[in-house]
Amino acid sequence: MLIKGETGDWEVVIGLEVHAQVISNAKLFSGAATAFGADPNTQVALLDAGLPGMLPVINRYCVEQAVRTGLGLKAQINLHSVFDRKNYFYADLPLGYQISQYTQPIVGKGSIVLDLPDGSSRTVGITRLHLEMDAGKSLHDQHPSKTYVDLNRAGVALMEIVSEPDMRSPEEAAAYLRKLRAILRYLGTCDGNMEEGSMRCDVNVSVRRPGGPFGTRTETKNVNSIRYVMMAIEYETNRQIEILESGGTIDQETRLFDTVKFTTRSMRSKEEAHDYRYFPDPDLLPLVLDQAWVDEIRSTLPELPDEKKARFMEQYKLSAYDAGVLVAEKASADYYEAVAKGRDPKIASNWVTGELFGALNRLGKSIEESPVSAADLGGLLDLLADNTISGRIAKDVFAAMLETGKSAAVIVEEQGLRQVTDTGAIEAAIDGVLAANADKVAEFRSGKDKLFGFFVGQVMKQTQGKANPALVNEILQAKLKG
Amino acid sequence: MSIDKATVAKIAHLARIKVPEDEQERLAGELNQILHWVEQLAEVDTEGVEPMTSVAAQTLRQREDVVTEGDIRDQVLANAPDRAAGFFAVPKVVE
Repeated sequence: MLIKGETGDWEVVIGLEVHAQVISNAKLFSGAATAFGADPNTQVALLDAGLPGMLPVINRYCVEQAVRTGLGLKAQINLHSVFDRKNYFYADLPLGYQISQYTQPIVGKGSIVLDLPDGSSRTVGITRLHLEMDAGKSLHDQHPSKTYVDLNRAGVALMEIVSEPDMRSPEEAAAYLRKLRAILRYLGTCDGNMEEGSMRCDVNVSVRRPGGPFGTRTETKNVNSIRYVMMAIEYETNRQIEILESGGTIDQETRLFDTVKFTTRSMRSKEEAHDYRYFPDPDLLPLVLDQAWVDEIRSTLPELPDEKKARFMEQYKLSAYDAGVLVAEKASADYYEAVAKGRDPKIASNWVTGELFGALNRLGKSIEESPVSAADLGGLLDLLADNTISGRIAKDVFAAMLETGKSAAVIVEEQGLRQVTDTGAIEAAIDGVLAANADKVAEFRSGKDKLFGFFVGQVMKQTQGKANPALVNEILQAKLKG
Repeated sequence: MSIDKATVAKIAHLARIKVPEDEQERLAGELNQILHWVEQLAEVDTEGVEPMTSVAAQTLRQREDVVTEGDIRDQVLANAPDRAAGFFAVPKVVE
C-alpha cells in the first residue's frame, strides 16, 4: 500500500513483537499459580518476589507449550537454547532482571500466512520465539503519591513472538494478529485475550520510498487491541512522513500509544533502559531438548487454521473467503462442520457466515454463546431442503429461533408456517389475483414482461408468504400464457 | 577493551550504585585489571571445546506444571517498607 505524500509516494514497513502469555497452571520458574483475577500478591512464590536464596526451576509444560507454538508457526525448534538475564530496574520487577532468551532462543525462523479481506494470502516471516518471565503489575491510579504493585503476574511464562518487517499496511498488521491469535488458540498455548493482557503487542514502524532502504523505526509499546495497533500504525506513519518531508529525521525511540487521543508519544525515560546488559543466567543451565520429544509434540498438533481452510475449500467446495471466515475461530469451524454434516455445505456456509454471524454480531455474542445451536440450525436447513418452508419464511423462523431458543420444527408448527405445496390451493390464489388485476393481465400479455414479479408478489401476499415459490412461478407462467 | 571514568559512571548508574566521582578513576583502573586478566584467558586455544556451562555434569532440572507455592501474602509483604490492601506500595512511578 503506497501513501501519497507532498514529495511523492511512501511505503510503511511494519514489524510486530507479540507477548503471548502461556497457558499453564504454574509459573515459568516457580510453583505459584497463574490464574487471572486473584487477590493481589496471593499467587507469589518467594522466587517471584525476588527474595534471596531462591533458585528458578523451569516448568517443563511451559517449554512444551513454546515448542508446540513453534511447530504451529512452521518454525525451526532449537534443541539447545539459553536463558539470559535482561537487567533493568522497575518497581514491578523485584529481581532487577527478567529471565529471558537473547542470542539462543528456543524457536527460530517460521512463517504465518495472512488471509486478507479480498480473499488473497500473503506470507509473513517469523524471526524467532523465545520464552521469558512476565513482570508484575503496577497500578498508578489508586493513590495520589504511591504506585501499588501486584506480583501475581510476575514470573508467568510469556512467549515473545517477533515478526520480520514484512507487513506494509495497518490491515496486514491486523490480519497478522488475527491469524497469530487463531493459531495460538487452536494450539491451546495462549488464550489470545488482548483485553486481559494475555496477548500484548509492540509495534515497530518505519517509512521509506517504495523499494528504497528501510527508514529509522520507532517502537510503540504495549498496544492492547488490534484496533489500537492499526491506529498506532496510522498515526506513526503520518507523523514520520510529515517529519521527513519537512526535512527532519526520525529518532529511533520507544513510544507509547495514547488510548484517549489515539496518538503516540515519546517515552524518553525508557531510552537509557535499553542498555540491558544481557548475560547468561548463572542459575540456569542451557535448555536441551530431545528430538524425539519434539516429534512427539508434533504428532499431537491439532488441524491448524491453514490446513482446515484448505480442507474446507476441498471437501465443501467453499470459496477462500468463506473458508477463511469459518476457520478464524476453531469454535466457528466446529459449528459449521456440525451444520454441514449430511447437508448442502454451501447453503450451510451461507447460513453460518450470513444469518448466524450477522445475528451474533448484532447481539454481541460469541459463537460459544449462540442462542441457536448447530443442531437447531441444521434442523432449520432440513425444513428448507425438504420444502417444508420457503427461503423467505426460513429467515423469519431463524429470527424466532434466536428470540425463543425453540427449534425450527416447533416454531413452524406453532405459527403455521408450513409451505403451501398443494397445487390446488396455489392455483386458487393465483386465479384470485389474476381476476382482481385483469387490467395488468392484459398489459402483461401485450408484452409488459416486468409485471410478472408483481403477480408473484401478490400471490405470496395472498398466501402469507407460504406458497412454494417454484410452484407459484410455474403455475403463474402457465396461466398467464393461456 | 578499556574502561574509562565515564564508562564507570554509566555502569554504576545502570546498576543503581552510587559511586562518588573521586572513586571513579580508581575503579576504572581495577576494572581494567580484571578485564585484562580475563583477556589472558583468550590466549588458550579452545578450538573444538564445548563451552562449559556447569562444573558438575548435569542437565537443567525441570518441574511439573503443578501449583505448589503461593498463598503466602503476609510473608511476601513482610519486608516491604510500605503496603496497602495487599499491594506493595512504592513511590509513584509514572510515564
